[in-house]
Amino acid sequence: MKSLKYLTGLGLVYALTLGSAAAGELVINSDQSDPAPKKAMEQLIADFQKANPDIKVKWNNFDHEGYKSAIRNFLTADAPDVVSWYSGNRMAPFVKAGLFEDVSDLWAQGDLNNQLKSATKSMEIDGKKWGIPYSTYQWGIYYRKDIFAEKNITPPKTWAELLAACEKLKAAGITPFTIGTKALWPTGGWFDYLNLRVNGYEFHMDLTAGKVPYTDPRVKAVFEKWGELVKPGYFNANHAAIDWQDAVPQMVQGKAAMYLMGNFAVATMKDGGLKEEQIGFLQFPTITPGIPMAEDAPTESFHIPSGAKNKADARKFLAYLALPETQTKMNATLGQLPINNKATKSNDPFLAAGFEMLSNAYALAQFYDRDAPADMAKAGMESFQEFMVKPDKLDAILARLDKVQARVYK
Amino acid sequence: MTQAVSSAPGFWKKNQQKLAPWLFLAPGLLMFVIYVLVPIFQSIWISFHDWDGLGEKVWIGLGNYVELIDDEDFYTSLKNNIIWLVLYLLSIPAGLAVALFLNQTVTGIRLYKSLFFFPFVISQVVVGLMFTWFYAPDFGLFSQLLKWLTGEEVAVLADERYVTYGIIAAGLWPQTAYCMILYLTGLNNINPEQVEAARMDGAKGAKLLWFVVLPQLAPATFIAMVVTVIGSLRSFDLVSVMTAGGPYGTSQVLSYFMYEQALSEYGYRMGYGAAIAVILFLIMMIFITLFIVRMLSQERNA
Repeated sequence: MKSLKYLTGLGLVYALTLGSAAAGELVINSDQSDPAPKKAMEQLIADFQKANPDIKVKWNNFDHEGYKSAIRNFLTADAPDVVSWYSGNRMAPFVKAGLFEDVSDLWAQGDLNNQLKSATKSMEIDGKKWGIPYSTYQWGIYYRKDIFAEKNITPPKTWAELLAACEKLKAAGITPFTIGTKALWPTGGWFDYLNLRVNGYEFHMDLTAGKVPYTDPRVKAVFEKWGELVKPGYFNANHAAIDWQDAVPQMVQGKAAMYLMGNFAVATMKDGGLKEEQIGFLQFPTITPGIPMAEDAPTESFHIPSGAKNKADARKFLAYLALPETQTKMNATLGQLPINNKATKSNDPFLAAGFEMLSNAYALAQFYDRDAPADMAKAGMESFQEFMVKPDKLDAILARLDKVQARVYK
Repeated sequence: MTQAVSSAPGFWKKNQQKLAPWLFLAPGLLMFVIYVLVPIFQSIWISFHDWDGLGEKVWIGLGNYVELIDDEDFYTSLKNNIIWLVLYLLSIPAGLAVALFLNQTVTGIRLYKSLFFFPFVISQVVVGLMFTWFYAPDFGLFSQLLKWLTGEEVAVLADERYVTYGIIAAGLWPQTAYCMILYLTGLNNINPEQVEAARMDGAKGAKLLWFVVLPQLAPATFIAMVVTVIGSLRSFDLVSVMTAGGPYGTSQVLSYFMYEQALSEYGYRMGYGAAIAVILFLIMMIFITLFIVRMLSQERNA
């Protein structure tokens, strides 16, 4: 089914791009296949066409997995005019291969350098901007408010308080943290936050940029903290067998009390039967005192391939995407936060909490698998999973990561 | 008009006998060359390069193979492939047993045969999903059963000690059905006179099976062997669906390892993936050569 979609998608791309010589036709490829993103995208395109009646948008929507391999084909073979992709290091291979267009000029005109400031770092490579960001969401600990109240636990602000809360929950027969690591990436959130809190943003960026080895004692310190949760069994057993969605029922059924996740998990929790007042959100607690609090906030963005045929209209589209009004409307549908600081955000309590946290954040990290190069991220997250199962193998794990690092960043 | 043609016995007329088979073979040969032979050599060529599929290929000679020798994941995959190879062969005796069991005339036997054949008809992906749920901690049938029996739960697919065996068990289900069908057709062709004669000589049970029936099933066994060995080396779908190589890469097999390195979200190391493919190809060549040699020698004897 997936491959069928992929093939029809690919077929569409060829059919459309071949016929795209007609003036004023804008071809957009993206992977907004989930219901909310799809609706947001449909609205965006309709509004854009209303504002620019002379431009006709052709939108090819792919499914996620298919898109990740399809983009490599269509960027080189027959590029559309606008594509969605991930910012940070995930776009670096395309930028380095000269497949993305420099759009610094778009940022310079209009007040974008100012309005989109929070996402500057994630869109910048070699001092140039390579796309327009439009949406983000926060990561943090979602917890069962009612269970915390019942067990008389106040939301922890420091590591010691978190450990105390975990101990209390565990003693009451409740798993403190639920997680599903089958798809590996949920472990990345844990490593990000522990590293950001133990060593801070600059060190985290140095590590993901390959400037520090994984056997560095500071990295080891991160795993020591992680071990303080792993060794007493504060995570659900068997997490390696389940996906992130399968970890949610644990929390819904009250078998687990906390979940370190992105804001999209709230919708799943509510679908599972939790009421809004049962769910609480808390910022990941302080570990090393005095280290400024940085957060994980993945950014979603659109880019122009350098092989695009209709770059003029593609620029118009990206400029439209950057407008505060556009981002307000889109993110209301998406249930996420706009990047443009002039945009109005939704009054959903979780988004409001997230917005406050992110606007006070010292810096924003993208997420481990976007900040680190793809093959490093894969090996890293596999190791995090292994550590969560066999914490005693830490030294062997870190040595292996050094080996991968030496190859990836050569 | 007809005269003109017949009066000039041209090149075609003279060589018709020789050319006709090649003409008939041409479409198939062409496809085989384009889609099988050329890609094999392309893979070998790519395996000597460092290439991400986008930029320039960089010639690194045997670099990928040197790295492979030093790669833990490669040995994990190789070891798992060997476990697959050995245990997957169990589907042959299992298939034979089921076939012998079903080779009788009872009302509704066709229905039973179809039911036993069913797992081979459904897609491997579906088999994988069913077994994933079967093993799932908390609600899976197998976990529940284990909990009831031993009081302890084992998440088969999350435990590096059991994960490969868990996936192979899932793979054996359809493969046994396949071998069963091969043996059922084989049993149809058994010479009843020989069985009769053996019976008169007093052979029965295991002896009859071993000395009279099995030798006649040799062609079926051979085919079952070939498809099972090759199937075990190609095992990809189940690994991909059930564990994606996890936990932490312990259920990888060579074909999945290759896919992950060359084509997955985190890989795009075409050269390295191609090097793994070449190694897998060489391993397969050993078996394929053995099979072909055997086949040829049989044909010569016949």
